[in-house]
Amino acid sequence: MYRLKKFLFPLIVLTAFVLTGTTTQSWAATKAIILATTTSTQDSGLLDVLIPIFEKDSGFTVKTIAVGSGQAMAMGTKGEADVLLVHSPDAEKKFIAEGSGINRRLIMHNDFVIVGPPSDPAKIHGAKTSSEAIRKIAQANAIFLSRGDNSGTHAKEKGLWKAAGIAPEGQKWYQQTGLGMGQTLNVAAEKKGYTITDRATYLSLKKTLGLGILVEGDPLLLNIYHVIEVNPAKWPKVNVAGAKAFADFMVSRKVQDIIGKFGVDKFGGPLFFPDAGKKAESLGL
Amino acid sequence: MELFWEGIAKAMALIVALDREVLAITWLSLKVSGLATLISLVIGISSGTLLALTDFPGKRLIISIVNTGMGLPPVVVGLFVTIFLWRNGPLGFLEILYTPTAMIIAQAIIATPIVTGITVASIHSLPPNLKLQILALGATRWQMVLILIREARLPLLAGVMAGFGGVISEVGASIMVGGNIKGYSRVLTTATVMETSRGNFDVAIALSLILLLLCFAVNYVLTRIQHRKRPR
Amino acid sequence: MTTPLLEIKNLVLVRGEVQVLDIPALLLHENEVLSIIGPNGSGKSTLLLTLASLLQPTTGELRCRGEIISSRRSAETYRRRLAMVFQEPLLFDTTVFENVATGLKIRGISRNEIKGRVQRSLELFNIRHLADRSARKLSGGEAQRTSLARAFAINPEIVLLDEPFASLDPPTRLALTEDLERILKETGTAAVMATHDQLDALRLSDRMAVMKSGRIIQDGPPVEVMHRPADEFVASFVGMENVLNGKVVAQAGGLLTVTLADHLIEFPGMSAPGEQALFCIRPEHITITTSDPGGATSARNIFPATIRKIIPMGAYHKLYLECGFPLVAYLTSQSLGTLHLAEGTRVFASFKATSVHLIRSGA
Repeated sequence: MYRLKKFLFPLIVLTAFVLTGTTTQSWAATKAIILATTTSTQDSGLLDVLIPIFEKDSGFTVKTIAVGSGQAMAMGTKGEADVLLVHSPDAEKKFIAEGSGINRRLIMHNDFVIVGPPSDPAKIHGAKTSSEAIRKIAQANAIFLSRGDNSGTHAKEKGLWKAAGIAPEGQKWYQQTGLGMGQTLNVAAEKKGYTITDRATYLSLKKTLGLGILVEGDPLLLNIYHVIEVNPAKWPKVNVAGAKAFADFMVSRKVQDIIGKFGVDKFGGPLFFPDAGKKAESLGL
Repeated sequence: MELFWEGIAKAMALIVALDREVLAITWLSLKVSGLATLISLVIGISSGTLLALTDFPGKRLIISIVNTGMGLPPVVVGLFVTIFLWRNGPLGFLEILYTPTAMIIAQAIIATPIVTGITVASIHSLPPNLKLQILALGATRWQMVLILIREARLPLLAGVMAGFGGVISEVGASIMVGGNIKGYSRVLTTATVMETSRGNFDVAIALSLILLLLCFAVNYVLTRIQHRKRPR
Repeated sequence: MTTPLLEIKNLVLVRGEVQVLDIPALLLHENEVLSIIGPNGSGKSTLLLTLASLLQPTTGELRCRGEIISSRRSAETYRRRLAMVFQEPLLFDTTVFENVATGLKIRGISRNEIKGRVQRSLELFNIRHLADRSARKLSGGEAQRTSLARAFAINPEIVLLDEPFASLDPPTRLALTEDLERILKETGTAAVMATHDQLDALRLSDRMAVMKSGRIIQDGPPVEVMHRPADEFVASFVGMENVLNGKVVAQAGGLLTVTLADHLIEFPGMSAPGEQALFCIRPEHITITTSDPGGATSARNIFPATIRKIIPMGAYHKLYLECGFPLVAYLTSQSLGTLHLAEGTRVFASFKATSVHLIRSGA
């Protein structure tokens, strides 16, 4: 029994060293790129396909940090990310204007849809514009779920209310979850309420959700993704080569093709529409 | 309720199929929290014993601080560690933000006060003359400390289990300093949160069940060790 | 003169504002058993801890066989030559065998040798059959035996015992005291024992030291301390029931005549007429007769007395007598019966001059 005790302690220490070795930084050699992006982008699964290809081609390793667009840009403002992939155009323009980012390039778009319970208490089905739809929701005091987390989706939603001339904050029927898209959809389904969602997330949950698409197609509902490199002039520690490589990768022919085909076999249609090289205005915005 | 059964079914499926990603996530959870607990064990038991056995002005103040640290919210630790490890932060040059190393550091910070606090209480719970009795049998200072630690092994190991339980189940710090990066810094807790936010409740439940199983297994092993050498 | 095993010189220990120990000199010789008696708080435990070098004196020195114990190093080496037993058994959460082996494991002794020595020590204290029992499952007496076996397993030169039997019930205490007495004689180990119990002290020790407030008031063979206490404190502590104060009226040939409550008492001592004299008589030395023995006895002190109270004390009876001054006598129950004594009976109390001990004279 004493012999066992003598071995136990050095065994533990040895195990600790081995574990440390295999856990930490085999990635220390190549410099990593910090990509700040949104939860909806990651949840769609597109990045799970693209990132490995990029890493193989370029030799860079990518740390994908999926937070809301708001937080992603905040990271960029503080120089804590190298490149952003976000979908919150107004905030992005401010981001560029204040000198935090350079080379804002259009990558792809998809759209948002307004979903709600099949019973449609506010009778928004068939509305021509999103403004008309949400005005009806407000007038009917129907339950509306907002993500309330400064994400791209949330920013889009706030823009819609502004365009409709309504201020929903503080009203009883307007509820902010502070959660991700998938969870917010589930909350909306539970409460039989309306919400705005990107088509991709909706499609992936459609089977179990119990909500239907009620309004779609309004140009205001377009969801546009840009890639922005963080400004190295402001933040010298930025991985300039890596950021540029990733941005170039995203607009490349090969990747744009992949984007265009992504999701077709699973959902019957693509989740994103590649737009590199076009002007945002040309999309009907 | 069906969701729950679906979750169990999914968990079985994932385990039986030895799903690559789930195995990797589980192994990483064990490695990160295991190492963090090991670090907290070394620092915690040594400083706790020192604190319990020596007398100095301000001793009670330090013990209060340690006890407060036991209730430190993990998310607060995560926030502060992130601020330190940011590129432009004081330790940014280490470039360890969004790595398992950062997670180990954050979890070690969370677990150490727990282990220290419980060590102090454990040593204090021994008869006050025991230290003298051991010395009076001819033990050196070092031998005395080791014998006292062995005498307090029941509550001490409970402290280690509390430390481990605290960190394997925490998610706030792990997300902040680890970034939940697929295949790299994703652990059971952060994956559960992500799957939940995506609405994949069955996967989330499955991961939770695996986490519970892991906790149980580790605690079982530790409990066996705790009661070793204790005659009936 | 051989070097004493232990020697204390000018030892003073101050804690905060209080002087806890003040001992100019104390010796312990080979094979000697020294008992320390005194009331609670007199410093017995502190003295023992200091002898074990577990407490550092403020000033003064401790020597073992002439070598001074000062640095941490020398203290650790010194401590390997002794063992200490406390009032609580302080056993470890493991088997009796492993407990007794502790001191040997600490010294790095081989597993094989440990086995033999532990068995022998268990045998010495009659707990061989308990070897595999968990320490948590022992009775008070068994636990204390284990603690003693643990101490003796290392063959110490000195054993320090801090009221080792105080928490035990009387029969267990008796059995253990007998065993300890035997073992100390057989092994020839020197010992210092702090105790409340004067009978233990009488039985086990070669020397007795009486402590009060950190000082040693008297130090000598037990019989001397008990029959010739140095002052009234020691007297009361060692069971001297009769401590009386009288005035010297005459002194001749080493014999004093003292007056007290209109009686004259004679006993040996040096003083001068007119001085106060503090003296004492052990209750065992008082003889009761139902009639005046007159000149038919060698006792020079005979007084008529009335029995105020009789208290049974087990093997004997305690009689409270009033003869102008109070006296306490011990009598066997047989004598009580034979003489038909009862409360209120008038008797004669007598004692020899040599039974009286002058504590001090003067103011």
